[in-house]
Amino acid sequence: MKTDTIAAIASGLTHAGIGIIRISGECAIEITDRIFRMKDKKLKDQKSHTVHYGFIYDEEVQLDEVIVVLMRGPKSFTAEDVVEIQCHGGPWIMKRILEAVIKNGARIAEPGEFTKRAFLNGRIDLSQAEAVMSLIQSQNNFAQKASMDQLKGNVSGKIKELREKILYEIAFIEAALDDPEHISLDGYSDKLMDILNPIIEQVAELIRTADNGKMLSEGIKTVILGKPNAGKSSLLNQLVGEDRAIVTDIEGTTRDVLEETIRLNGISLRLIDTAGIRDTDDKIEQIGVEKAKEQAHKADLIIYVVDSSKQLDENDKQIMEILKGKKSLILMNKIDLTANITSDELEKLTDCPVICISAKEGTGISQLEKAIEDMFDVGSIGKEQQITITNVRHKTALMEAEESLLMVRESMEMGMTEDLFTIDLMNAYEALGRIIGESVEDDLVNEIFSKFCMGK
Amino acid sequence: MNVRENCDVVVIGAGHAGCEAALASARLGMKTVIFTVSVDSIALMPCNPNIGGSSKGHLVREIDALGGEMGKNIDKTFIQSKMLNESKGPAVHSLRAQADKQSYTREMRRILENTPGLSIKQAEVSEILLDDGKISGIKTYSGAEYSCKAVILCSGTYLKSRCIYGDVSNPTGPNGLQAANHLSDSLRNLGVELLRFKTGTPARVDGRSIDYSKMEEQFGDKRVVPFSFTTDPESIQKEQVSCWLTYTNEKTHEIIRNNLDRSPLFSGAIEGTGPRYCPSIEDKVVKFADKNRHQLFIEPEGNYTNEMYLGGMSSSLPEDVQYAMIHTVPGLEHAEIVRNAYAIEYDCINPNQLDSSLEFKKISGFFSAGQANGSSGYEEAAAQGIIAGINAARKIKGLEPLILDRSQAYIGVLIDDLVTKENHEPYRMMTSRAEYRLLLRQDNADLRLTEIGYKVGLIDEDRYQHLMDKKKNIDMEVERLNKTCVGGNEKVQSFLEKHNSTLLKSGMTLAELIKRPELDYWKVAEIDENRPEYDYEVCEQVNISIKYEGYIKRQMTQVSHFRKLENKKIPADICCEDVNSLRREAIQKLNLYRPLSIGQASRISGVSPADISVLLIYLEKNN
Repeated sequence: MKTDTIAAIASGLTHAGIGIIRISGECAIEITDRIFRMKDKKLKDQKSHTVHYGFIYDEEVQLDEVIVVLMRGPKSFTAEDVVEIQCHGGPWIMKRILEAVIKNGARIAEPGEFTKRAFLNGRIDLSQAEAVMSLIQSQNNFAQKASMDQLKGNVSGKIKELREKILYEIAFIEAALDDPEHISLDGYSDKLMDILNPIIEQVAELIRTADNGKMLSEGIKTVILGKPNAGKSSLLNQLVGEDRAIVTDIEGTTRDVLEETIRLNGISLRLIDTAGIRDTDDKIEQIGVEKAKEQAHKADLIIYVVDSSKQLDENDKQIMEILKGKKSLILMNKIDLTANITSDELEKLTDCPVICISAKEGTGISQLEKAIEDMFDVGSIGKEQQITITNVRHKTALMEAEESLLMVRESMEMGMTEDLFTIDLMNAYEALGRIIGESVEDDLVNEIFSKFCMGK
Repeated sequence: MNVRENCDVVVIGAGHAGCEAALASARLGMKTVIFTVSVDSIALMPCNPNIGGSSKGHLVREIDALGGEMGKNIDKTFIQSKMLNESKGPAVHSLRAQADKQSYTREMRRILENTPGLSIKQAEVSEILLDDGKISGIKTYSGAEYSCKAVILCSGTYLKSRCIYGDVSNPTGPNGLQAANHLSDSLRNLGVELLRFKTGTPARVDGRSIDYSKMEEQFGDKRVVPFSFTTDPESIQKEQVSCWLTYTNEKTHEIIRNNLDRSPLFSGAIEGTGPRYCPSIEDKVVKFADKNRHQLFIEPEGNYTNEMYLGGMSSSLPEDVQYAMIHTVPGLEHAEIVRNAYAIEYDCINPNQLDSSLEFKKISGFFSAGQANGSSGYEEAAAQGIIAGINAARKIKGLEPLILDRSQAYIGVLIDDLVTKENHEPYRMMTSRAEYRLLLRQDNADLRLTEIGYKVGLIDEDRYQHLMDKKKNIDMEVERLNKTCVGGNEKVQSFLEKHNSTLLKSGMTLAELIKRPELDYWKVAEIDENRPEYDYEVCEQVNISIKYEGYIKRQMTQVSHFRKLENKKIPADICCEDVNSLRREAIQKLNLYRPLSIGQASRISGVSPADISVLLIYLEKNN
């Protein structure tokens, strides 16, 4: 069988120092030899994982001076023969070289096709393939670290371990049903309970990390609340570093919802500034206030900005209601002015950590960053043994597995017979298998790889 | 001049597969001839004297639901009957009946002899005749030729068979019957791949020499449940005979271990592969070295004889070792051995050459069923027999074959496993092989399959009407129970108290009460004032479908997922070499098995989930 050979521009199609054209497939080396000229040698005679200098030709037209990297399968990204041509990084020259490659027998790769081949050739499993994509898209330390863990197979390893345990129990029950003379189910329910509970706990733990994981990789959705002119927009500007929100001294000037993504040390915040919350007759402002409440409801984190120079009033009480049951921080702003309220009082009222800052002066910002990191336990991320789920698909599958395992437990508690346990054990096993692509799903693989970018 | 005759279907062999195949074919209007090396051995039970058992009982009920004969025949000839696994869930309940072997054979022969369009011939078929790659007829060893449109191979364990114990080797079929020594070569000449399999049977002893006082008596059920859905339960309540349970011991095992070198299995004299799940006693002693005893069931061979079957002690050890080990068993110290245990080695076909219809992929009109396909057991054989018989008839009539899938029947699981999985030993049916066990219960085989049997033409109008009424009654009763609420009145509360069940705080439907582990449909009758009267068969279905509703629903979800992949058909003309990224091993396997669907492909060993993804992507692109 001959797989066709695919090629694509692997670096972005913009002006850059270098550009990379990647070729993968059985004819990758043969095709390169047709357009790549080196002094006195051919690429096909070279060892794997070597670098070569020479020129690319389209027939007799010299196109570029390049470096060629040769990686023979199966020790390559796709597990096939891979050649990467490093040329000068202009869009036009990259296109010309790609054209030459195509003309000599390759075809243009579809988005994600290189990774898909790595998966289909069995070099990586599905969750690792997804990690490639999330690694490319990662926006912060956390996302990068979590993706890298996933790519290394940490998630797969954990899932496989859980699946093996479940499969063992299924096999045991089945074996006992088939050969009751030699394998007894007496007292098995108790034993199964002892095995099942830790599995359920581990699945639940993975689901818990998924909530944090998604937030941390995509950014913590953070809503800034406060009365009009408490200094919310100044704070936003301070964090973002440019004047994006309109800052004036007139109350109620922020009438829309603004969103900015900022990076603290390891994590991203998706900051949402809102209109100040107060009773108002202004129609447009009313809409803004409603939007603010709605946003706060959906937020992962609320930063409540308090103007320490003013007394608390009805509007503040309204805001404190919103804070209940949410992860929240209180910022005492305008500490450069005379204080009318203390941080102790606020802490007592809200049961939330209070930080004093001056948004205008830029003091207290680092304490804020620290407080957020503590709140989301960023320190524990990336530690050895810790697996974080960042993929929604994985989380859904885990939740299905958990539900099925809980049903097994329920069956045991109800005293149902063992032959019924296998239905839900099998469902759990299959759900976990979907994460790593070991359960067959008809439309899954295409859907996953279609989200990839070109050249990957 | 040689005899020349015409018919539609030729069935080779009159064992359990052959009988069902011939009956189905003849009943569907095909002029059918069944060949056997001995007319006196029709539907012979050369091994265990029982029909059914765990998961095999399911097969018998399914055969019956489709319009087969096995269930009816055992209902006429059983001498003890028992529902197994009653302490487990309904999915693993299984019926098993001890047969009077001679009556069983005689009754089946009577049915065959009186089936219009079916004739019986005593002759050894030695050659399969083809015309342009299609079946054209068969030739017997005596030279007679029968032209026909379809042939069903049901040669059981007779092809080049050899019976062995110790260093004794007899070139015979089971029970000393004549082996079929010529057909194997003809099959090979047609390009059919043959395997060499092995199975065995234990010794039979004279019942008068057994001391039953040292054994546990095993009674039949007080209330016998018939195998056939057409048998009136009242008509089969009768006096039953007992079986007996005893055990091997360390002394027995020691004798076996000391003589392993004299076993043809371990010395290499037997090349065939034996079944893992029906092991000989020497296999068990080796495999379960830590067990200090194994069960032996002493079962009567029939009412006509004193011979008793030593279930669990099949062996191919030399005669003297057999005598010595049998005499170590409590109750068998003075046992007189009538027939020695032996292993039998025989040719069978590699079933991966068959389609799910049981027709050879490469030889049009040639079907194969039973132990010839590498299965083991009477029930597995009969199950394949009825399907091959139906499909041979349908082929001739130009109809689509009947293929039951894994979610419809154990028969579907059996055939799918045979044709898609690699078989290295005789295949035995087991409950664990059926993924959707809870839906494939022995109690609902008629609800699953009788409509299919009716459409095929093996079920008559009356039986079909009866089924429709049953279905309607079940649905009506379930609906009524789901709608009928009871409140916490005194009668209800005292009823619940009596059954140690939580008292009601508010109204609840009867269906919800039936779901409680400590209650069921029959118990709840006490507080169900307007309950209509239904037959037991309806009540049973109502009870199960309510009690296990949640599990049944979840299993049905699994089935719908299974169906989705089963419905993704792989075109017959697909060229696997053209599919990008498909691994070499997968291409080989797909070319060999030619699966009909993605679902079937996913079950072939050597085809990985990634290969399936590759196939799915390919199919989508080429749609």
